[in-house]
Order: sequence, then structure tokens, then C-alpha cells
Amino acid sequence: MESINTFLDQDHSARRILKDKLVLAGIIALSLVTISPIILIISKLVVKGYRQISLDFLIKNTPDSYEAITAVANGEIIPGGIANGIVGTLLMVSVASALAIPIGVLTGIYLYENQGKFMANLTRSVSDILQGVPSIVLGLISYLWIVKHVTMGYSALAGSVSMSIMMLPMIVRSTEETLKMIPQTLKEAALALGVPYHKVLLRVMIPTGFSGLLTGILLGISRILGETAPLLLTALGSSIINLDMTKPTSAIPLLIWEFYNDPNMIDLIWSSSLLLMTMILILNIVSKQIIANRR
Amino acid sequence: MTNTIADIKNPILSIRDLSVAYDKNYAVKNVTLDIKKHAVTAIMGPSGCGKSTMLRALNRMHELYENITTEGQVLLNDVNIFDMPAIKLRRQMGMVFQRPNPFPTMSIYDNVIAGYNLNGIRVKKSQKDEIVERSLQDVALWGEVKDSLLKKGSFLSGGQQQRLCIARALAFNPEVILLDEPTSALDPVATAKIEDLLVKLKENYTIVMVTHNMGQAARISDYSLFLYMGELVEYGKTKNMFTNPKDPRTEQYLTGKFG
Ligand SMILES: Nc1ncnc2c1ncn2[C@@H]1O[C@H](COP(=O)(O)OP(=O)(O)O)[C@@H](O)[C@H]1O
Ligand SMILES: [Mg+2]
Repeated sequence: MESINTFLDQDHSARRILKDKLVLAGIIALSLVTISPIILIISKLVVKGYRQISLDFLIKNTPDSYEAITAVANGEIIPGGIANGIVGTLLMVSVASALAIPIGVLTGIYLYENQGKFMANLTRSVSDILQGVPSIVLGLISYLWIVKHVTMGYSALAGSVSMSIMMLPMIVRSTEETLKMIPQTLKEAALALGVPYHKVLLRVMIPTGFSGLLTGILLGISRILGETAPLLLTALGSSIINLDMTKPTSAIPLLIWEFYNDPNMIDLIWSSSLLLMTMILILNIVSKQIIANRR
Repeated sequence: MTNTIADIKNPILSIRDLSVAYDKNYAVKNVTLDIKKHAVTAIMGPSGCGKSTMLRALNRMHELYENITTEGQVLLNDVNIFDMPAIKLRRQMGMVFQRPNPFPTMSIYDNVIAGYNLNGIRVKKSQKDEIVERSLQDVALWGEVKDSLLKKGSFLSGGQQQRLCIARALAFNPEVILLDEPTSALDPVATAKIEDLLVKLKENYTIVMVTHNMGQAARISDYSLFLYMGELVEYGKTKNMFTNPKDPRTEQYLTGKFG
């Protein structure tokens, strides 16, 4: 009897070990499936794009088709770079942030301060809906508002406005969530020192939640960095560096789209995408780091 | 009802018919008493009886919340606290909370001087240094932290953090210090330090503290009041109350029948 029992026990434990191993193998396989696209994408970009990356790539404007055809015909590297796109992206992202950050942070504070009130709930819902609006629609709205009525033509400003609307809900959310995580006692400690309420918010709450706010902002920026669709309807593109907010402006994703449409420029797609991916990855890593340091 | 007013001469605080309600539910009901200057007064009572609610009424902390109503009068040196600017009041009545809550983004130095910095009160650097040193000396923390004043306050131990919070309240030279169970989150050694400190501080300050630890009230307080379901049941010299409680509910509480 006893020996049968031991036998059965062994059998069970052997099966359990096998089961554990199978589960582990399954988890590893699924993880590989999850991360393989990003690895494949990055390696493809590096392999195909690294040859184009040089100082020129960062500081020269896009070549015209003729220069590209000649280079391709001679088997040379396409001359020029994407400086117009880099500058355009930085310009529009900066202006979009300058618009979205103050409005978003103030709205987040408003939501935090008015928990459960009708207007706050309404604002929060609208902001959530805004997060789900397709970016092309935001581009269309910015086209109607800015291109048609403010700058009377395609412009960097219109691009920035569409980007800022896209960032807004993320900043609103992260501001509210961050403030909610700060213990009430900290607020009361400052008030007990006779500090007026607005100063408590600005000088205690915001600094305490700063890393949370910053993370929301960085993730918002990394989201708009790669947006193309709204820019097609607003910033349009430009073959030279433009710093005038009322004029059409290029951006890295816009250039990628243009390169895609010109058979001679195909090589530039990879290097531009590599640069864009790198920028987004860095932002993501920095914000992850900030979150980790907060703990 | 015991006579709570007559036996204290020149009280620093005179509380008259103080009631506090959360959404119309009264948590403190018609409390009337005088508080002696430069003494330790302990607020005792079972959990939920309104101790914190009463203490927080004294520096008008309830005004932050729309659902809380406060009625009655509190005279601080004969001036009704509800008639003075909250900022002025809170500088005269410092508050220390149950859990140590130093500002996590600030250094030890900045925590102590926070009342000045956050209020935008301009003080010379040398004067700030003096205030910081005096306040930290007062809470017997100076020796422990004088070489790490620029480190974050959150690196200190719980007991040190609580002393830092007391120092922060002392920096304004308040007349009254309100403490809400300041040692309930601390170990016995840290608790003993804070108790010693409070006894020393009463030479210069008036101390009103909530405690649910009867031993603590007996050890350090001069006067005690016993709250039960929002009502002041008994108030008097701690010694008298512990040896000869007048109300049966006080006696039950002190003998551990409830709470
Ligand atoms: N923010 C609040 N909202 C509603 N009721 C509260 C709130 N704070 C405390 N109370 C209620 O008021 C009563 C007294 O609470 P409190 O003063 O915290 O008691 P104690 O400090 O003596 O434990 C309790 O019944 C409690 O439930
Ligand atoms: Mg309490």
C-alpha cells in the first residue's frame, strides 16, 4: 500500500514538474513573440539606415529628386539630410508643449480640486473622449480653426495646435492622478504653517508630484513626435528649415512620408525612422527612469 | 457637567460651545473649557469620540472641507480665532500630525524654515540659520542632524522625522502647539524622547495634545479632558482625574472598560 502511494506521489510530482516546465516554456515563447516586433523593427532600421547617418544627415536639408537620382544611379549615398524635418519637429513639439502643459496641468489641478463635482466630471469625460479621437480628426479640426482662419494657409502653428490637443488629455490625467497620490497630510502640514492655498499647490504639491507630472509630459511628447496624419493637413511640409510659425514647416514623420512617395529617396526612410525611433525610445527610457527613481 | 472654566486663571485658550459637524453629523458637541498657559493638556477618549475633530477646529483646519461646519467660539488671548486671518492664527498655533509628514522634496534645513519660505517671509540668511538651529535644539535634534542639514528630511527615522515636524512648527515661535497622537506611529524609545521633549517645551509653549494612551497622558499632562461621543465628560487636573474621576464614564475608560 505504502509503495503504491509513494509511486503515485512521484508520478504526480514528475507530472507537476513537467507542467511547470511547459508553462515556463509557453511564457518565454509568448514573451519572445511580444518583443520580437520591436527587435525586428529596430534591427531592420539599424541595418538599412546606419549608412545614411552622418553629421550631414543632421545638419543639411533634404536633397531634391535630381540629386537623389544622380546619387542612386552612381551607387552613391544620397546627399543632404533631414535638418528641415528635425528643426520642424522640435519647433512644433516645443510650441505644442508650451500650449498643452500649462492648460493640461491647470485642468488637472482643477479636476483634483473638484472631485465629484459635475463640471469636473464632465471635463474629465470630455478629456477622456479627446484621448480617443483619431489624430487625423484633430488635424482636420486644426485645419478648420488655424489654417482656414488664423494663418490663412498651412502653418507650423496649425501643426502645433493639433499636436497640443493630442497631448492635452494625457497631461490632464497624469496631473490629476499624481496629485491624488500625494497624501492629504502633506497638504495639511503646509496649511498648518499658515501657507495660503495657492502657494501650497504651487510650492508643495506640484514639486512633490513633479516626477509624475514630468512623466506624463514626456509620454505625451513621445506620442506626438511620430504623428504624421494631422501634420499632413496642417504643417504640410517644407524643403528648407522654417522657423516662422505662420509658414508651412517640415517634420521628421512628414519627411518619411515624402521619402516613401519618391522611389529615389527610399534609403532615407530608414535613417529618418531610425532617428525618430531613437528619440522616442530615449524619451520612454527617461520617463521609466523617473518613475523608477520615485519609488 | 463639571465646572471647566473657573479653576484656570488667565487661560490662553477659552473654548465656548464649540461644535463641529461632518454633513450635519455632530462629532464635537458644545464643548466649553479653558486651557492653561504653559501647561500640557491632554485630550483623551475612545477612538472616534471626536478628539482629532476638536483639535483641528482649534487652528481652523476644517475650513478646507466644505462638508464640515464649525460653531461656537475659541478665544486665543481673548481674541476670537474665527475673527482673525487664518494665516495669523496658524502661526500662533502650530500643528503636529499623527504621522510624521516632512516635506519630501525639501532638505532638513528647508523643512524647518518652510513656514517662512512658503509664506514668502523674507528673513536674512543668518537669521534663518539661527531659527533653524534654535528650533532643532528645542527638539533635541540639532546634534543628530547638524552635519546633514542639506539632506532630505525623509531620510530620517520616524522618531527623528516627528521631531523635525515639531521643529517646523516651533520655527514660528507659536504660542500653542497642537499635537494629534504624535507618538502613535513611533517605537517606545522615540516615544519616550518626544514625551521628554514636550515636558521641556511647556516652559515656553502651551501644549494641547490628543492621545489615546492613558499612560502617556498620566506621565506628561497637567490637565486632561475626557471626550465621549463628542461631548466633554470630564476636565480637570490630570492627577485628580486619574485618582478620583467624577464621572462613571471616565472611570470606566480609565479602567479600560472601553476604548
Ligand atoms: N472627514 C470626515 N468625514 C466624515 N466623518 C468624519 C470625518 N472625520 C471624522 N469623522 C467622524 O467624526 C467622528 C470623530 O472622529 P475623530 O475626531 O477622528 O475621532 P478621534 O480622533 O477621537 O478618533 C467619528 O465618528 C468619525 O467617523
Ligand atoms: Mg484621531
